[in-house]
Amino acid sequence: MGVLPSNYYDFFGLEHKLDLDLKDLERRFYAFSRQYHPDRYTLKSAEEQQTALDATAILNDGYRTLRDPLARAEYLLKENGFDIGEQGTKNVPPELLEEVFELNMALEELRGGDESARAGLEEARDRFVAMRDGIDGELRAKFAEYDVARDRNILAEIRGILNRRRYVRNLVNEVEKELAGAEAVR
Amino acid sequence: MTPVQIDFGKSERVVGIDLGTTNSLVAYLDTAGHPAVIPGADGDKLVPSVVTLTRKGDIVVGNKARAALIDEPDRTVYSIKRLMGRGVADVQEELKLFPFRIADGSESVIRVELGDRTFTPPEVSAFILRQLKKNAETSLGETVSKAVVTVPAYFNDAQRQATKDAGRIAGLEVLRLVNEPTAAALAYGLDKRKDGIVAVYDLGGGTFDISILKLHDGIFEVLATNGDTHLGGDDIDNRLIHIALEDIHSEWGKDISHYGDAVQTLRRAVIEAKERLSFVPATNIELNYKGKHYQREITRELFEKLITDIVDRTLGPCRACIQDAGVAADEIDEVVLVGGSTRIPMVRHAVETLFRAKPHTDLNPDEVVALGAAVQAGILSGTVENQLLLDVTPLSLGIETMGGVVSKLIHRNSTIPASATETFTTAVDGQRNVLIHVLQGEREMVKDNRSLARFDLKDIDPLPAGMARIEVRFLIDANGILNVTARDARTGKEHSVDIKPSYGLTDEQVEAMISESIDRAEEDFNARQVAEARVEADRILAAIDKAKQNDAYLELSEDERREIARALNELLVVYHGDDHLLIRAKIDQLNNATMKLAENMINTAVTGALKGTKI
Repeated sequence: MGVLPSNYYDFFGLEHKLDLDLKDLERRFYAFSRQYHPDRYTLKSAEEQQTALDATAILNDGYRTLRDPLARAEYLLKENGFDIGEQGTKNVPPELLEEVFELNMALEELRGGDESARAGLEEARDRFVAMRDGIDGELRAKFAEYDVARDRNILAEIRGILNRRRYVRNLVNEVEKELAGAEAVR
Repeated sequence: MTPVQIDFGKSERVVGIDLGTTNSLVAYLDTAGHPAVIPGADGDKLVPSVVTLTRKGDIVVGNKARAALIDEPDRTVYSIKRLMGRGVADVQEELKLFPFRIADGSESVIRVELGDRTFTPPEVSAFILRQLKKNAETSLGETVSKAVVTVPAYFNDAQRQATKDAGRIAGLEVLRLVNEPTAAALAYGLDKRKDGIVAVYDLGGGTFDISILKLHDGIFEVLATNGDTHLGGDDIDNRLIHIALEDIHSEWGKDISHYGDAVQTLRRAVIEAKERLSFVPATNIELNYKGKHYQREITRELFEKLITDIVDRTLGPCRACIQDAGVAADEIDEVVLVGGSTRIPMVRHAVETLFRAKPHTDLNPDEVVALGAAVQAGILSGTVENQLLLDVTPLSLGIETMGGVVSKLIHRNSTIPASATETFTTAVDGQRNVLIHVLQGEREMVKDNRSLARFDLKDIDPLPAGMARIEVRFLIDANGILNVTARDARTGKEHSVDIKPSYGLTDEQVEAMISESIDRAEEDFNARQVAEARVEADRILAAIDKAKQNDAYLELSEDERREIARALNELLVVYHGDDHLLIRAKIDQLNNATMKLAENMINTAVTGALKGTKI
């Protein structure tokens, strides 16, 4: 089988870009699955089986990462030496300070049993969802910008946007959890 | 006695096995490439997952064991799948509803009592697997040592490991564990549409699974899976048993719930009534016990009321699965029903309503999983080339971090094999080992998730705190089982990892059980040889009895007759022994002694025929 690259982009034979054709990615994923999946090697030597297992793990981890724009961006950032840890989310983006303060109040009220806070929370949730969608639009624009210029500064900007997005996502999740009593998805 | 050496040669035959809660099946791909279930000696395709230990000390599996549920309830066990991969603390609820007799000393691994012996759940499952193996070997006329075994999609690591252990103990190399709904999708996908989104709703005897798959050009890609490993037909049966017991208590003034044989007889009556209710609007539950008679009518309406909450319990996981799959309910093209419980009209209706599609029922819901397993066996053996299963892990995998919080490493519904790498370091100077606690589940806190195992990174080079860099790779393989390897990032050398599973058997325990099983298999093998030799002996003894009536016998000399008598006696002496080689040797000797007699008989017959005389 030879030595396979452990870098996801390289494994798939793709340029290290932020915009990816998802249909093309899926095609490659299926093709590599047919080629490397352990099910194809169950009657082969232990060594070949191990190689197939390792290769398919990279393939699957890579597909999972590259098909999601956020995970993809984080991967590329990490590749370029950026630290994408969760520290960024501890700091409230300044423009959101007042919103977050009001939100926390409303959450307290609802938890305390004040149902009248519900309507306000639902409005807040809708606002944050719109904010999150807006951020996604920003990201898409930045992705395209980076792919053309390959400028590291743009990556730094993207890192900032990702932090903000993660923060807003957490807000949305928290509100939805409180409103519905269930875990929300990203 | 010289041990018999048998060379079976290298067989690449792989069978598919559905190791079910209620029934088990084994299937294979016939020469035309179609999957087919292999029946047992009694002609039945379904082997009840019931095991009994007879008073003689023999293990009996299947239909014959089912009779023992009523006659010898303390020597018999059913639904052992409910105990696989679980600890004693987990099954306390189960014990209230099922007559499992848990033996003392079950702290580290559950042991159930069958008569005066105890067995772990993997050992009991191994008895079932061995029966299926035997059925396959008898039918196919060749050794079967490789199999694909199915498990509920929602089975966790310990439950999967227990199933693999059962295979090993039974003398089977389990090439792959396949999730039951995925196997069912494979069985359907064979001749149905090539592309599309398929939902598989699998309500079996003890487990519920829902899986949503994307089919594209022979690739079966699971998008999401969900379920409940303690929800199934057994629970429905228990509802009916419960009201019947209450009735009986008030009618007979007696609580018969403590009499194993009574409860098992009632259980059988209740199951038959339940099955009838799928086709008729009302039926009777009848019990005759120790001269007393109980009868009550049960309408489908009442039945549905009794089981509404059970059916409802399946809908939550379905909705969660649809959401996780990232599809809308109306994007689902087909719905496939699996498991006997899906014959219940109320269940079918609920599925149809939720998925807004008429469910497929063309394949037998009892057989479809085994058929799919046979197809997967074909894929693994290279016989089926254009199909591939891409399955997922059903539960998130995480490690314990500070404050009793779980940090997720691999998220649920990740396509497997999947991996995650974390780097660990030491907290104090000179620390020699690091303990990692791995869990499965979706909750935030350690206490709400399922402990999988503790991994001990030992013999770390003594360094100042925080200097060590141990890279640990968590890999969930194609069976859905976790493999952990560690590497010293500074030296690049492999680092040893000690595994302490939270549930289940250690490798040493499994090895011991395999040895015992092989001994048992040899006993079985020997017993079979002896039985066959005796059959041969019976045949020649009967023939000689008949021959003694023949004129040809009288024509033998005194010596010849004495020789026959001696050889006959010698055969009779060894007949009841255990040495099949000796029996055969004596048969040969008797054959030689009677050769002249046989010749004479032929001559007499020929002469007689020519003369027209009847012999």
